[in-house]
Amino acid sequence: MSESSQDNKASRVAEPKLLFESSSAGRSAVVWPAEEARGDEALPAALLRDDIAGFPELGELEVLRHFTRLSQRNFAIESQFYPLGSCTMKYNPKVNEVVARLPGFAQIHPLAAVDLLQGALALLYDLEKMLAEISGMDQVSLQPSAGAQGELTGLMLIRAGLTDRGDPRQKIIVPDTAHGTNPASSTLCGYDVIQISSNERGVIDVAAVAEVMDPSVAAIMITNPNTLGLFETNIQAIADLVHGRGGMVYLDGANLNALMGIAKPGHMGVDVLHLNLHKTFSTPHGGGGPGAGPVAVNAELRDYLPVPRVIKNGGRFELSEDAPKSVGRVRSDFGNFGVLVRAYTYILSLGGDGLEEVSRMALLNANYIRKKLETSYQIAYDEPCMHECIFTDRIQHRSGVSTLDIAKRLLDYGYHPPTIYFPLVVSGALMIEPTETETPETLDGFIEAMLAIAQEAKSDPELVKQAPHSTPVRRLDEARAARKPMLRWEPDAVSGDK
Amino acid sequence: MRYTPHTPADQERMLRAIGIASVSDLFQHIPQSLRERAKINLPDGLTELAVRRRLAALAAQNVSVADWSFFLGGGIYNHFIPSAVDATISRSEFATSYTPYQPEVSQGTLQALFEYQTLICQLTGMEVSNAAVYDGASAAAEAVLMARRIQPASRRRVLVSRALHPQYRAVIATYLRNLVDIELEEIPFDGTGGTDLAALAKRINDQSMCVLVGYPNFFGVIEDLAQIKSACARVGAQLVSVTTEPLALALLKPPGEFAVDIAVGEGQSLGVPMSLGGPAFGFFACQKKFVRNMPGRLVGATVDSDGRRGFVLTLATREQHIRREKATSNICTSQTLCALAATVYMSLLGKSGIRRIAEINLARAHDANRQLIGQGNLSSVFSGPFFNEFVLRGEDLPQQIGRCAEEKIVPGVRLDRWYPELRDCLLTCVTEMNEREEIDRLVRIFAG
Repeated sequence: MSESSQDNKASRVAEPKLLFESSSAGRSAVVWPAEEARGDEALPAALLRDDIAGFPELGELEVLRHFTRLSQRNFAIESQFYPLGSCTMKYNPKVNEVVARLPGFAQIHPLAAVDLLQGALALLYDLEKMLAEISGMDQVSLQPSAGAQGELTGLMLIRAGLTDRGDPRQKIIVPDTAHGTNPASSTLCGYDVIQISSNERGVIDVAAVAEVMDPSVAAIMITNPNTLGLFETNIQAIADLVHGRGGMVYLDGANLNALMGIAKPGHMGVDVLHLNLHKTFSTPHGGGGPGAGPVAVNAELRDYLPVPRVIKNGGRFELSEDAPKSVGRVRSDFGNFGVLVRAYTYILSLGGDGLEEVSRMALLNANYIRKKLETSYQIAYDEPCMHECIFTDRIQHRSGVSTLDIAKRLLDYGYHPPTIYFPLVVSGALMIEPTETETPETLDGFIEAMLAIAQEAKSDPELVKQAPHSTPVRRLDEARAARKPMLRWEPDAVSGDK
Repeated sequence: MRYTPHTPADQERMLRAIGIASVSDLFQHIPQSLRERAKINLPDGLTELAVRRRLAALAAQNVSVADWSFFLGGGIYNHFIPSAVDATISRSEFATSYTPYQPEVSQGTLQALFEYQTLICQLTGMEVSNAAVYDGASAAAEAVLMARRIQPASRRRVLVSRALHPQYRAVIATYLRNLVDIELEEIPFDGTGGTDLAALAKRINDQSMCVLVGYPNFFGVIEDLAQIKSACARVGAQLVSVTTEPLALALLKPPGEFAVDIAVGEGQSLGVPMSLGGPAFGFFACQKKFVRNMPGRLVGATVDSDGRRGFVLTLATREQHIRREKATSNICTSQTLCALAATVYMSLLGKSGIRRIAEINLARAHDANRQLIGQGNLSSVFSGPFFNEFVLRGEDLPQQIGRCAEEKIVPGVRLDRWYPELRDCLLTCVTEMNEREEIDRLVRIFAG
């Protein structure tokens, strides 16, 4: 693409102002009848504040135009392909959005009597059963707000279960390939973390677990397939070993998109797992949430699940807090209900066979990309991959081009980059997860871009190292942002050097 | 299949390229004992039409604020949401984008979050805000964990007002249960409905880590933050204010004016539908000197290589993906789209609009309160000042609530499920959604 045309484009599109820089005193998009009494007379003046200094003052069209322009500075699934490993950026069906906005779901109050909430409670009850069936587990709690809160909840369940056995223990084994949330959640639950290494094939050996699995270890956290996109083939033997030595097995279900109808965590010896509804079950990522992170448990741990629980009494749904062994509440109300409605809609839309097809096509797409790129990019592990595949920048590094450069150059080609530099055990990792909702034509376009970049890395490495060239802003000075944090607008404080 | 676009010809071409005969060949390395039992026993998928009919039928079994009059708050509030809010967050560029780790193609989300952080700072009077956490309850728990990072190990007693939302107290207890160094202690409320200041003065000491109070609290009462802050300051404890109804902060002196250390709360009132209590978001603000101890994401301003202003996720060395077990929190995916809704909502209302809506809440709630007291044996329970919620006591409450139901009114929520000492008490909330005529009907029913 031509550099000069890009320059012209950049100069034509003005940098968006901040809301606070566009205000005019007295403007508001919301008008309320003036005849209403002024309420502030109901309170002593000493309790009241002045008008909020600096708050925006804009008309409705200005606000909409502002946010529409901002939105145009985002990549998103509906405009770009997101081969983002470990995040499962699949298509977010429109019907999910329509039903979640029905007044009977969107405009109901959590403290209303259960007789006014029978439809919502029925949905929660059904969704728990569906997720239990898909994961092969005994019972589910929908309360956790996201995967990390699901992890924390799951570890609390393990601690409660082991404490009741009379042996609470104090350590969690976490593989070096794990998501950062795994060790962070362990600490938050009061555990110490033991890190173990995966083997040269990218999976965990039973022997590596055996070496550290002593009576102080409460549980091992395993992601399966792991973050290298590889199925942990030893998982049953590891579970047997951990159980034999008095511990439990936690499964990080972030990668469940690879397993539906292919293998159930409940059959692998897993005691508790969390699911990410904003990954596997198609709810939108929203630029960083909301998600939902239900936990699923085996029979031993069901008594410890959070309260309240939806129970069915004859044909009527009720709420029960009668669970003396419960770990309690992890958040208010019932979790991210609107997200749960979307996931429920998705499962109903696809059915059991449809979900199996999801995982099969996710595997097919990932392996297709792996095959097409394996001669131009170094494969991290020469093993059959599941729903994602990992490459490294080893070949491109010869001409000084790094994974970061490849990622940024992909932006110029209109693709969101893969997850980069993760997992940490792979130097210069590029983790590609295409998901099942992409056509082979889309994959071919992405593959072509990756091959072109591999070529550019040899012929014109500077072009790649200076990328991106066509995005609304170019590489940002992250060091400066952290050194002198500017975390809010203040008059005259936040502007570029120009 | 519905969302998998592969035709048989596509599949064949792809299998040939990979060099295998069938898709099943891709997972032959998974043990047979797992594969043979993996079938998902759920009904076949439904057409979009059938799904919509099924979900509409379920939704119809709920009673929404479109069907009945609700005078129900207690942490989740029925407020008007301008149409432009949903129009904005429905844009797929926001709704279907990823966490903005690639700032060059995420300036929309990043700038909106920078604006969100600014708005929360302005509303709370605090110096810094993060880019939101899950909900108000977990925000309160995270605030305690943050105080634990700031305060020395000699201070591990946490004082929680009994007038703080009961679900929030429950979540705090859950989060702290496994941290053996921390002790939780409850401070009672007094006849004002606010935290008992004498009891607080007696129990607070140099081992106190932090004090948590609602502002307004669960009874709708506006706590005396100045007094509570000075009790904290005397012994060096931190003060955490917890707000379930942030619209109140458009009118009340904000937590920042009382030198609160950490101000958190539930953001649902700011443009997010009630949706059975989620998803909304927790807001989380603090004094600047504590910023490196904060949980959650932070967006900062910087410049790009051409010197243009841009925004990035910053101070990430606090976070789990960098610091792993030493992170300040385990939070990863949070509630960004809901924070965006609040940003649009606050932009639309603006300086005058948000104050006006808050005033209407205050006026109607006080008006309803005045009219209800004395009707059908209803009496006031607390003497403290309130915003848009208040507590009523009445010996005939069960019958009165029943009569309300017959007329499709939910008059509030009974408090005895959380406070056995508040028998026959009702927490009633009045917002701008409750028209005068609704209030009159409510008064009539209570009058018998």
